Amino acid sequence: MAQMTMIQAITDALKTEMKNDENVLVFGEDVGNNGGVFRATEGLQKEFGEDRVFDTPLAESGIGGLAIGLGLQGYRPVPEIQFFGFVFEVMDSISGQMARMRYRSGGTLTSPVTIRSPFGGGVHTPEMHADSLEGLMTSQPGLKVVIPATPYDAKGLLISAIRDNDPVIFLEHMKLYRSFRQEVPEEEYTIPLGKADVKREGTDLSIITYGAMVQESMKAAEELEKDGHSVEVVDLRTVQPLDIEAIIASVEKTNRAIVVQEAQKQAGIAANVVAEINDRAILSLEAPVLRVTAPDSVFPFSQAEQVWLPNAKDIVETAKKVLNF
Amino acid sequence: MAAKKNQQFDPVETLHAIEEKFEMVQVLNEEGEIVNKDYDPNLSDEQLEELMKRMVYTRILDQRSISLNRQGRLGFYAPTAGQEASQLASHFALEKEDFILPGYRDVPQLIWHGWPLHQAFLFSRGHFKGNQMAEGLNILPPQIIIGAQFIQAAGVALGMQKRKKEAVAVTYTGDGGSSQGDFYEGINFAGAFRAPAIFIVQNNQFAISTPRELQTSAKTIAQKAVSAGIPGVLVDGMDPLAVYAVTRDARERAVKGEGPTLIETMCYRYGPHTMAGDDPTRYRTSDIDSEWEKKDPLVRFRKYLEAKGLWNEEKENEVIEKAKEEIKAAIKEADGTPKQKVSDLLGIMYEEVPFNVQEQLDIYKAKESK
Repeated sequence: MAQMTMIQAITDALKTEMKNDENVLVFGEDVGNNGGVFRATEGLQKEFGEDRVFDTPLAESGIGGLAIGLGLQGYRPVPEIQFFGFVFEVMDSISGQMARMRYRSGGTLTSPVTIRSPFGGGVHTPEMHADSLEGLMTSQPGLKVVIPATPYDAKGLLISAIRDNDPVIFLEHMKLYRSFRQEVPEEEYTIPLGKADVKREGTDLSIITYGAMVQESMKAAEELEKDGHSVEVVDLRTVQPLDIEAIIASVEKTNRAIVVQEAQKQAGIAANVVAEINDRAILSLEAPVLRVTAPDSVFPFSQAEQVWLPNAKDIVETAKKVLNF
Repeated sequence: MAAKKNQQFDPVETLHAIEEKFEMVQVLNEEGEIVNKDYDPNLSDEQLEELMKRMVYTRILDQRSISLNRQGRLGFYAPTAGQEASQLASHFALEKEDFILPGYRDVPQLIWHGWPLHQAFLFSRGHFKGNQMAEGLNILPPQIIIGAQFIQAAGVALGMQKRKKEAVAVTYTGDGGSSQGDFYEGINFAGAFRAPAIFIVQNNQFAISTPRELQTSAKTIAQKAVSAGIPGVLVDGMDPLAVYAVTRDARERAVKGEGPTLIETMCYRYGPHTMAGDDPTRYRTSDIDSEWEKKDPLVRFRKYLEAKGLWNEEKENEVIEKAKEEIKAAIKEADGTPKQKVSDLLGIMYEEVPFNVQEQLDIYKAKESK
């Protein structure tokens, strides 16, 4: 076992799959010699050669098209979109093309593409770098959307994503890249897509969350424990498809839930999670399911982001409303 | 004070000099005479006859498709008459292992690459069985998003290069498509990787109703190749021999590792944009129509082949009859295909059906079994 940051775990996962499968190709803007702007692809070009790890011209749509075409030639493309705020440039390739390849071809063709991309607030980026745009992706049938919260999960989930024969959007929160280390096995392992993980068990309230909000929720849970509340934290890990069974199992146990996301209230997936709970477990509920989210503005300029982003304090406040309902 | 002339470099003069270079390649003129003997691809008699057969067949297919559409027996259809040389002579220069990424008007090339006619009809009707390509048939179904096929062609071509295949990716769009960002990204990516791709812009003068002059200030679309640092060629798209020759050369360069080519075929569609209510009289005069009809690819090729003793009315009628019979049989086969169900579609959204989709699949299966 080694101590790894999330970025190291991601590089390790890429290396593992490049060794396992010669059809895995890594490409994008500055991913070759430079090793990516966050060094996620550090050393890969040196180890696996320019044929398998290469820089592209600066055009996200072109990168998406390239991935689809390489997929049609039997490759397993792992392109990087340098920041997920740039996704608007490649939306047709993702929603109009990759997500529909299997359906459009009557099940005969696939787009086994894993798009890796950094996102997330709290690191003082310029505009269009930090937005939580996972809700755009989860509105599109045919895609899988994965957002790891820990180094261990990042490695196992990325390996699964690359091996998956459907297109996967793999979103890496920038604040988590180097914020903490964790024991990560050096050997290969997988974590199935579509499966949530109970990061903390509890009996009084379920916090259903993902991404960087997992850490905030864990802090909130500790805070609430001081007041005698036993709080469960469910990390979704994959936000499409949702692990509905795990969500419902937790809510049926605790009878109270809040959903926490970094995205704005009108974005993300929190509304969908609340709807699923209402559909399936309303009779188990002792209180309404509330949400902790960012407000419905565009992502703020960095001077305002610490106030804008939801944090442990916001979570504690909302949790108390539900606990004291 | 008048602006001083830049003595080192004159950007305006340079532009004009480049534009003047893009002369239209022609081998066979409107009268069916060879006007450029040096560039005659010298196809064998058999090949010449085969190409003529395909063009006649496709003209009939177009006429029948239009009337089937009017009878409600076909769905989405984009007429092809006028573009036979552009579509079929370019395809004639390809090999089976070449991969075609078509636009929505490019059904004929797919058919001659091996797409069964009844599947093309199922595609038109909106049935997914039309798009289930047989193993080894190197085509995608027609692309609806203008330009998306250009960036994908760069990817297919790069894959072929990596696999060391002696094959090319060929993609088609129209004059309107050349205004899309994906057009530039596609030719630029393929150029940067020296990938074996052929990008064909069928300039049929109108993007639905918008005339070619409104798309760009560029004098030719072929010259846009210069911006990507790849060869570009403007060809008479009503001349099957010239279209064949430039495509053959582009293919040869591509498989030799010399990278992609952009081809602009100057052509015309006689019919409407699609059969979904487009009325060309709103944007074209009958004068323009008749001017282009004089350039018709079938007329000039027929004259050329008749003069060589390779074609006559009897042969033409044989092809027409064959086309009609095959179309009839294909429609019958399409009619016999079971209707598609919502459960069929839910079942092919993912390799493994996820929980939420499975629930809906069960609901639709129950509904459908009633």
